[in-house]
Amino acid sequence: MADALPTTAVDIADAVRAGRVTAVDVVERHLAAIASREADIHAFNLVLADEARAAAAAVDAAVAAGRDPGPLAGVPIALKDNMCTRGIATTCSSKILDGWRPPYDATVVTKLAAAGAVLVGKTNLDEFAMGSSTENSAFGVTRNPHALDRVAGGSSGGSAASVAAEFAPLALGSDTGGSIRQPAALCGVVGVKPTYGYVSRYGLVAFASSLDQIGPFSTTVDDAALVLDVIGGHDPQDSTSIPQPHPSLREALRDQDISGLRVGRITDLPEGCDPDVLERLEVAFDTLRAAGARIVDVKVPAFGYALTAYYLIAPAEASSNLARFDGVRYGLRVNAADTNAMYGATRAAGFGDEVKRRIMLGTYALSAGYYDAYYGRALKVRRLIADDFDRAYQSADVLVTPTSPTVAFPIGAKGDNPLAMYLCDVYTIPTNLAGHPGMSVPFGTGADGLPVGIQVLAGTLGEPAMFRAAAALEAASKRSMA
Amino acid sequence: MTTTTDDLSVVDPLDSGRRGEVINGYELIVGLEVHVELATATKLFSASANRFGDEPNTHIDPVTLGLPGALPVLNRHAVELAMRIGLALNCTIKPSTFHRKNYFYPDMPKAYQISQYDQPLNVDGHLDLPNGIRIGIERAHLEEDTGKSTHFGGASGRIHGSTHSLIDFNRAGVPLVEIVSRPDIRSAEEARQYVTELRAILVAVGASDAKMEEGSMRCDANVSVHKPGTPFGTRCEIKNVNSVRSLGRAIEYEARRQIDMIEAGETVRQETRHWDEGDGRTHTLRTKEDADDYRYFLEPDLVPLAPSAEWVEAVREALPMLPGARRARLAEATGVAPDSEAIMVVVERGQDDYVLAVGHVGGDVARALVHVKEAYADAGAQPEVPAADLAVLTKLETDGKLTATQAKAVLADLVVGGGGDAVAIAKSKGFEAMDTGALESLVDQVIAENADAWAKFCAGEGKAMGALVGAAMKASQGKADGKQVTALLNTKRG
Amino acid sequence: MSDLPVSHRITTADVVKVAKLARLDLQPAEIERMTAQLDGMLEHFADMDALDLSEVEPMTQPFPLHNVFREDVVVAGLERDEVLAMAPEAEDGRFRVPPIIGIDL
Repeated sequence: MADALPTTAVDIADAVRAGRVTAVDVVERHLAAIASREADIHAFNLVLADEARAAAAAVDAAVAAGRDPGPLAGVPIALKDNMCTRGIATTCSSKILDGWRPPYDATVVTKLAAAGAVLVGKTNLDEFAMGSSTENSAFGVTRNPHALDRVAGGSSGGSAASVAAEFAPLALGSDTGGSIRQPAALCGVVGVKPTYGYVSRYGLVAFASSLDQIGPFSTTVDDAALVLDVIGGHDPQDSTSIPQPHPSLREALRDQDISGLRVGRITDLPEGCDPDVLERLEVAFDTLRAAGARIVDVKVPAFGYALTAYYLIAPAEASSNLARFDGVRYGLRVNAADTNAMYGATRAAGFGDEVKRRIMLGTYALSAGYYDAYYGRALKVRRLIADDFDRAYQSADVLVTPTSPTVAFPIGAKGDNPLAMYLCDVYTIPTNLAGHPGMSVPFGTGADGLPVGIQVLAGTLGEPAMFRAAAALEAASKRSMA
Repeated sequence: MTTTTDDLSVVDPLDSGRRGEVINGYELIVGLEVHVELATATKLFSASANRFGDEPNTHIDPVTLGLPGALPVLNRHAVELAMRIGLALNCTIKPSTFHRKNYFYPDMPKAYQISQYDQPLNVDGHLDLPNGIRIGIERAHLEEDTGKSTHFGGASGRIHGSTHSLIDFNRAGVPLVEIVSRPDIRSAEEARQYVTELRAILVAVGASDAKMEEGSMRCDANVSVHKPGTPFGTRCEIKNVNSVRSLGRAIEYEARRQIDMIEAGETVRQETRHWDEGDGRTHTLRTKEDADDYRYFLEPDLVPLAPSAEWVEAVREALPMLPGARRARLAEATGVAPDSEAIMVVVERGQDDYVLAVGHVGGDVARALVHVKEAYADAGAQPEVPAADLAVLTKLETDGKLTATQAKAVLADLVVGGGGDAVAIAKSKGFEAMDTGALESLVDQVIAENADAWAKFCAGEGKAMGALVGAAMKASQGKADGKQVTALLNTKRG
Repeated sequence: MSDLPVSHRITTADVVKVAKLARLDLQPAEIERMTAQLDGMLEHFADMDALDLSEVEPMTQPFPLHNVFREDVVVAGLERDEVLAMAPEAEDGRFRVPPIIGIDL
């Protein structure tokens, strides 16, 4: 309807730029939603109500003055609290950075601002992005908006929940082993991890440098495409960012025809997926087939050994990335008689158990005498994984798998068992090791009426095909829910 | 980065009888690791200024401070300068990668240093000392510098007994090249020459101002001793050497310390030692057991560095003539040994082109060399006196019209005047060389008036020559050429 | 905790050494728990031993790039005051730390 309030980023930006709605009205609507449910959900570490209102007013002023505020004009967005926002607390949900305000903006923050987006808050995460449930946050868990006794997933639980709860149509998260895709699936929203190097990592607090990527959460595939078109692209401040410009994903989505698209079904996927999720996967294949895609069987043995490689490579890089938190220049300091004692006491007090565990594991894997057996071998396994995918992508354009083996599990269910938690990411981890893109699309519900996400994977810079297949799933899903 | 050779099992591959210092029968084995700050405008991985001496923490940025989320980006000009160094040291430039060297220290903002580990940029070169001895260069790689900590409350700024330290990160991230020699150095003097020559090369190619006193060149020495024909001994690393002279003293002290220990039946421990300029000794800093495990792994935030063949050739072609080549060129032109003091000094001052120019305009290069060495200490690389003017002077000498002493006097006027007409100056001073006939008469007269000395000289007492020459100079009021007088005396003696 | 089986992949002594490398003060109970958990993980990771990696090159870059540079031009950085305001302890324009023990460079 012409005067129905726009809810997607695409529609909001259109309406704001055309002057049909004000950015201030849009942001107030979302701030009201936050006020109403945030106490129950705890998606945010920090809500930026006044700043958001000011930013929205500035967008409206630009429109009034005849200037184009940009493709995300007036669209509220939430940022995972591991992305640096100048002058605004950035904690990584850790006590060691409690109260720290960066003196600079991450590149994605600069790009979003230039596009007219309105930052409404910094979202909760597993501490330093290490986890799959946001239960490792030092500031309390984020609850799943669909069922408050369930996790929102992790590590970008807060961002996923903020979109699911309609606190903002968009959020950014980071994905190192599935930390965008898995919470997206558990919260019933779209979540995308682009090709490694697609989006600049400058200003993203590093977890595992060769695996991390920033990506969007949204309610529609089209919105996710819009965000990636804005935040993607070469950044001279990130040596690993892909130099060549990316073709527009929104443009790619104008052609929704997937007839002839080869969709890979992985026949040797590790077991352990719940039957309700597997059922949705079957419907997904049916949907794609009905849309004209060709389903092909492929084998990707990588899924069987990727967890091991990941849990050696990621902690190793993390142990080095987190060494800078030493109490010298910023963050928490626990005073002591000398610097060594200060380091030990500061880091013991500042880091939570999961972070300590991964630092220990990573340090061990790199240490003299153990490098070859652990880290060195894991790098070779990484090559095998990449090779496995390359082979699969010779006969398939995209691969489709479940995103998470289960729907959202109860808070506290994985208890004191880190290994059990790690298995949440069994379907998402291989993508990061290969550097490939992957996205989760909400596709119906499973046990207890909770959302199920279907994962679409593609090869390096295969986003266009990936997005088209995702759009086909989304269209079917929306039709069946209408 | 030290050589990974297990020295205990390596017998000296060099011809060990040839040179070097032997103390009590022990030969000295030295390898040097030199860190050089590159003369770039900005830091190695970020765009803050690379400047010395400014207010603390005024050249900082997220990368320099190791802020969460910061990422390094490699400075192209630093690579260019590193390549110049590599080529000037006859290295092969190879595709290379960066690694993280992980350790905790307050002036290390990331708690790791980005360096190059097993794939450095430059490998397998050499540096020739002025006397021709070749010192192998194992590698020369890029790495970033640390910040600077100043200690308070302890004795004379040392850490021991300090109450706190203050850290300045201006220097953090400044580009360094670490040049590692092979253990081919055999004496403290060779070590001094190596560092001096290395510095001259670095300055010549514009890579660094390489001032040890300012910290833009830092030298660590690895020292061991052994009896020739036996495996190398355990080496110790010496740090905190702040001048070329200190380097020599530290090496000599350390060698004697090790020899004394071995002679006393003690075992030399492999360790890092600190040179104390004040008490002239090295002291234990840390032992191998204390050494950190650096957990090197490939830096994931950077990509490999593989300079193209075109780039390498362009750098090679743009290299200026290096000091060694300049000495050789001047040596060939003048007939003097390339490591003679005159050649060393003149090339070091950058006055060799000038000396050669004198030759190009008809002057005598050998005489010019002597004059420039003696009189041009403050003249700089572009002396005021036109080469043509000096050429005229040297020609007067070689034509026999001026003695060496007279030429010196004329030269002094040329230098003061920033040039001039040597002929006119000589004339104004009343200098005329004696012609052969007059000279012979003079010598005969001297022989007649100094019969005693002449008798002694004829009897074989070479010392008597001095008295005779002196008498000739006095009688001629300096106009006689001492060399010609000597020659005549010898001829007359038969 | 101390009656869990230990498969000797990682011992308490290893954990103590690694904690020192990582500058993490661990309580005795944490050390025990950490040893058991890490040991369990490493045993799980042993599945990697079954793979034949003899002919495999390590993969170090997800997207192959080389020769990425910046030009040698100064760009204004951070203001000292803004940075030191966030420092745990600052004095005289510099970051202040307690005595630096052990290594004198």
